[in-house]
Amino acid sequence: MPDILTTCVYCGCGCGLYLHEENGRITGSTPSREHPISRGNLCVKGWHLHEFIHSAERLTQPLIRKNGVLTPSSWDEALDLTATELLRIKENTGDQGLGVMASAKCTNEENYLLQKFTRAVLKTNNIDHCARL
Amino acid sequence: MTNSINEIENAEVILVTGSNTTEAHPQVARRMFDAVDRGAKLIVIDPRRTPLAAMAHLHLPLHPGTDIPLLNGMMRIILDENLIDDLFIEMRTENYHALRDLLFRLDLDEVVRITGVPLDTISQAARLYARTQKAVICYCLGITQHICGTENVQTLANLAMMTGHVEKEDTGVDPLRGQNNVQGACDMGSLPNVFPSYQPVSNEDYREKFEKAWQTSLSGTPGLTLLDMTHGGADGAIRGLFIMGENPMLSDPVLSKVKETLTGLDFLVVVDLFMTDTAKLAHVVLPAASFAEKTGTFTNSERRVQMVRRAIPPIPGCKTDLEIIMNLSRRMGYPMEYDSPAEVMEEIALLTPIYGGMHHDRLENSWGLQWPCWDRQHPGTPFLHKYFFTRGRGHFVPASHQSPSEPMDATYPFQLMTGRIYHQYHTGTMSRKGTLLNRENGEALLQIHPDDAGRDNIRHGEMIILASRRGEIRVKAEVSDQVAPGTLYTTFHFSEAPINLLTTGARDPKANCPEYKICAARVEKIRQGP
Ligand code: SF4
Repeated sequence: MPDILTTCVYCGCGCGLYLHEENGRITGSTPSREHPISRGNLCVKGWHLHEFIHSAERLTQPLIRKNGVLTPSSWDEALDLTATELLRIKENTGDQGLGVMASAKCTNEENYLLQKFTRAVLKTNNIDHCARL
Repeated sequence: MTNSINEIENAEVILVTGSNTTEAHPQVARRMFDAVDRGAKLIVIDPRRTPLAAMAHLHLPLHPGTDIPLLNGMMRIILDENLIDDLFIEMRTENYHALRDLLFRLDLDEVVRITGVPLDTISQAARLYARTQKAVICYCLGITQHICGTENVQTLANLAMMTGHVEKEDTGVDPLRGQNNVQGACDMGSLPNVFPSYQPVSNEDYREKFEKAWQTSLSGTPGLTLLDMTHGGADGAIRGLFIMGENPMLSDPVLSKVKETLTGLDFLVVVDLFMTDTAKLAHVVLPAASFAEKTGTFTNSERRVQMVRRAIPPIPGCKTDLEIIMNLSRRMGYPMEYDSPAEVMEEIALLTPIYGGMHHDRLENSWGLQWPCWDRQHPGTPFLHKYFFTRGRGHFVPASHQSPSEPMDATYPFQLMTGRIYHQYHTGTMSRKGTLLNRENGEALLQIHPDDAGRDNIRHGEMIILASRRGEIRVKAEVSDQVAPGTLYTTFHFSEAPINLLTTGARDPKANCPEYKICAARVEKIRQGP
């Protein structure tokens, strides 16, 4: 399996690096030699970029709070409930009752779609992310 | 950034302020070292003797929160010694006389008193910076996270403009963006007042453009900022929050208020990789895919849009954020269907002028493109102001010193500053899962000067109590002369020592940026036994 060229997720430098994949698992990373930022070099965060991907603490099931406790559920149930609740609040409060927090860790495409969702579906401009933090 | 990261290595003078560059932006620091190797002079303005400050030609250890008087002092010296760039001021700027009037009234003795930096150090910095051809200023959150953050940035711009140090290759003012895609999130309109490409929602023409493209009606009222949403939710008007990949329960100031707000909601959805402190409060938690499991783009600090490529399929049970949003929109009666992230990018290119030429096929076969990139033929823009100096002339906005929002007193005699360290990233939800990263910097440390530690008999490595007017936490002391007497420094990556229980709710009224860098605090030994 060839290494996959991608971009580091840790800081605004944006190093180019290769992820090593073995049997469906990411096992390490190395810097791109020709990439204009990394030029064959990563900082300690980039070298250890892969370590969280297969962490045992990753969430792998949607959770719904039932009787005060977060309980595993199916995707359909979690998405249905989310959609219903968001629609209900929107009905009751107009455009001011809902807010969205986007993420500086998500991709441009995801940020674009999330702000479109906020503006076109939730009908509010209450969207922000932690650029200032 | 107006410049590219690689331009920094060609600069002759580099002025770094409010940025712990070696730890927060390692590759930028590397360019600074290369520049110094080639003979460039490095000036660091920082209350702490950071690793970068330790190797600078000039270190200006100012008292926290006194950036404006220090920079004004530099400008006064530049003015007195006639090192200004008359031609640039005349041709490319406006409102210069307002700045000049302010500088003529400035008392340099008072600058020295407020900032604690000797006059000849200030003069040396001023001359070094003004006399050179290629001078770069790099700044980061140390400048913006103050109640006067906006004025701090404007003052840096004043300094650069009066010496003509903008609009050229290898020269300019460069804000370093903290997180990997802060730039992209802003570009994409994840902001309450603008559509993608900073097109204001209140402008009818832009709104009409997006209404047409999206085939729906849109609101022209700017929305609430993040801090409004997490601190009271506009007096309870916010009933539901959808949080994607953020952890305000650790990153936001005055955590008790955040908790009260989040627990008071009718509905809270959190999409994340891990069970964060915020997710623990949610009604629904949705497991997301990591960057290795999806395709898309990030935009780095120098506006370079680059590919993120899927290396493995999502971990079983997880979905990408794109899938999650599409699934929800389908259920909510406004289906948004895209076959791939590349198709989303096509729509972005259509509606986002600065990304007009960004297409995945172009990005695939290059090291990315720097915006503005107006169309398919456009090669991208390595340095910005040459084409883009907003609204023609640069406008001088003079500013005066503002005292930090929270004064120190006998009970809280220390100034507490917060920041980040090399091995960890933001709230640590990802980086703390990495075993090495955790081994090297696995816990919060409070830096305290040996004199202060000695007075209270605090030993290196001892657990102590750190308190502000809002609460107290326990943290391990690191006795270090990186900090000046009377100041303390710690990081916000660790949920065991949630520093934002202590920080103030005061913020810059213009940019809504919390004043993380300073609050009044005290330290105390933990008393043993009853
Ligand atoms: S490898 Fe280090 S310097 Fe490069 S982008 Fe990642 S965190 Fe930043």
